Amino acid sequence: MSKPTDLTKIPHKILEEAKQAGLETEEKNRSATFVHLDQQTIASKVNELYEGKLELLDIKVALKKYPWLEDYRWKLVDKDKDEYTKKVAEDYSGGYFMRIFKGAEIAFPLQSCMLISKQNLEQRVHNIIIAEEDSKAHIITSCVQHSNVPQAAHLGISEIYVKKGALLNFTMIHQWGENTFVRPRSATQIDDNATFISNYVCMRPVRDTQMYPAAYCNGENSRVIFNSIVYGHKNSLLDLGSKAVLTGKGSKAEMVSRAITRDGSKMIIRGLIDGDNSDCKGHLECQGLIFDDISFMQSIPELIARKKGVEITHEAAVGKISEKEITYLMTRKLSREQAVSLIIRGFMDVSILGLPDALNKEIKKIVDAAAGAE
Amino acid sequence: MDTLEVHNLSVKVEDKLILKDLNFSLKEGASHILFGPNGSGKTTLIGTLMGLPGYEVVSGKILFDGVDITEKSIDERAKMGMIVSFQNPPEITGVKLGDLLKLCLGKTASDEFSPEESAQIEEFRLTNFLHRDVNLGFSGGERKRSEILQLIFLKPKLLLLDEPDSGVDVESLRMIAIAIQKYVEKTGSSALLITHKGDILDYIKALYGCILLKGQFHCFKDPLRIYEEIKKLGYEECVACRIRTREGWKVE
Repeated sequence: MSKPTDLTKIPHKILEEAKQAGLETEEKNRSATFVHLDQQTIASKVNELYEGKLELLDIKVALKKYPWLEDYRWKLVDKDKDEYTKKVAEDYSGGYFMRIFKGAEIAFPLQSCMLISKQNLEQRVHNIIIAEEDSKAHIITSCVQHSNVPQAAHLGISEIYVKKGALLNFTMIHQWGENTFVRPRSATQIDDNATFISNYVCMRPVRDTQMYPAAYCNGENSRVIFNSIVYGHKNSLLDLGSKAVLTGKGSKAEMVSRAITRDGSKMIIRGLIDGDNSDCKGHLECQGLIFDDISFMQSIPELIARKKGVEITHEAAVGKISEKEITYLMTRKLSREQAVSLIIRGFMDVSILGLPDALNKEIKKIVDAAAGAE
Repeated sequence: MDTLEVHNLSVKVEDKLILKDLNFSLKEGASHILFGPNGSGKTTLIGTLMGLPGYEVVSGKILFDGVDITEKSIDERAKMGMIVSFQNPPEITGVKLGDLLKLCLGKTASDEFSPEESAQIEEFRLTNFLHRDVNLGFSGGERKRSEILQLIFLKPKLLLLDEPDSGVDVESLRMIAIAIQKYVEKTGSSALLITHKGDILDYIKALYGCILLKGQFHCFKDPLRIYEEIKKLGYEECVACRIRTREGWKVE
């Protein structure tokens, strides 16, 4: 059922870079590992402790094995949505199929890693995740481009199903290159009493990323949380957002973004909460810091009410780093540079992501390393 | 010896002259109490001594331990041993109080507190706040306790205390005041404390008091007596009295 992991196929340097983006190569603290290198799946393996609790296959293998999986493919994301979805529909090199079995609680995160090591490659993948009823799991997915590769593109479709009573925490870390063109297209369906937490962390420069994941809270008391921590620098163009459609009775959406833009980075942070049930709630929060006059930050919150009981709020603030906070820390013997760095690291506070302690520490390390490197 | 000397200090805030030609000194190993109504320039004085932005020194100089610090940056002054506790400290998103306290102790975030330090944090009833963002959602008393604990951890030679007793419950006030007095006694450091109220004088032993009114000093004498007179006569009457001394502190 599972192929042996063969991480030795990964060139050493990119493996190191993948580690920095969260890939755990010893796989001790992971319940499953999936690695897609360029246009090939080179690992899809479930840690033996978790056999029977979850399943991880390359999507092409899974589609052959389970004809019913077609009912989950191109159902949440429209294949004719744009040129990128069309391209993936035409041809793709793989992707993962993750299934967390009914009632399974997975203590260690499942990990997936998308790697690009070839120049001018356009990586196209399609992923499907099914969190079955009453299951609980964390997924960490790292997307890395080898720093020697001058130019590449990644087009990724992800369709995620969180069934009744399930909890899925999905953390994505982008570590593409300064010349990567990135177009993920993803959507999630959330059933009765289910919760989906989507975390997005991007600390490294990228050429152009545009994404707008959608969550459909169809179920009664379904809940979605989108958190993002984004550090835009070196002329990165980041157009990021998330959309939540609340149709279920008692459904809830929460969106929290912390974004920094500097060194010519242009950033647009969008958020849309669409309230379509007389008993639904949503809150959207965006905080943005800008460091210079050559960068750009735009926050676009959108709140829609379609029924009279809808309750949706938002808070947004964009601007400079607070001088009062800097001088306060300087009175505690920190230099101005140390104070600014502490504020930035605090601003990119990973504890908002709701991760288990161990994973929280790992992600904090990634964020601190990137924020401190400036 | 004097820890701090201020000569002919005039300070502007947003083009308005707030402090007018102040001359005073703070004695080593002693606590000094500064009274004054709202808007008299007390916070401006502390901000100027600390070098905070927004306070423009138009004339005069400040000597700390004999060194002219008038042009020095905030962190240079802090490293020399001048530490301020703020009346209204800012909230800092994501920066945990525990990490800030470690920095105050000269530790890094990955270091642990020593048992003594942990005991002190517990004594200040801040153990449950270590993982909280600095000042975010803290009550008045919690903020003040956090300010004073940071200050003690920073081991100052000169404590600048801007109304440590405002917005504080009775219990916290007692606790803060005793801790300040203990620190000052133990280390032989000096303090300049701004207050509106006299309650804190039950715990802090101070021989030197004065009133700052409309940007000028008045009435250098025993703080308890000043406080009694302010209560009886009000600030205006008090500074107009004939027995005032304007030359500087003398032990009576």
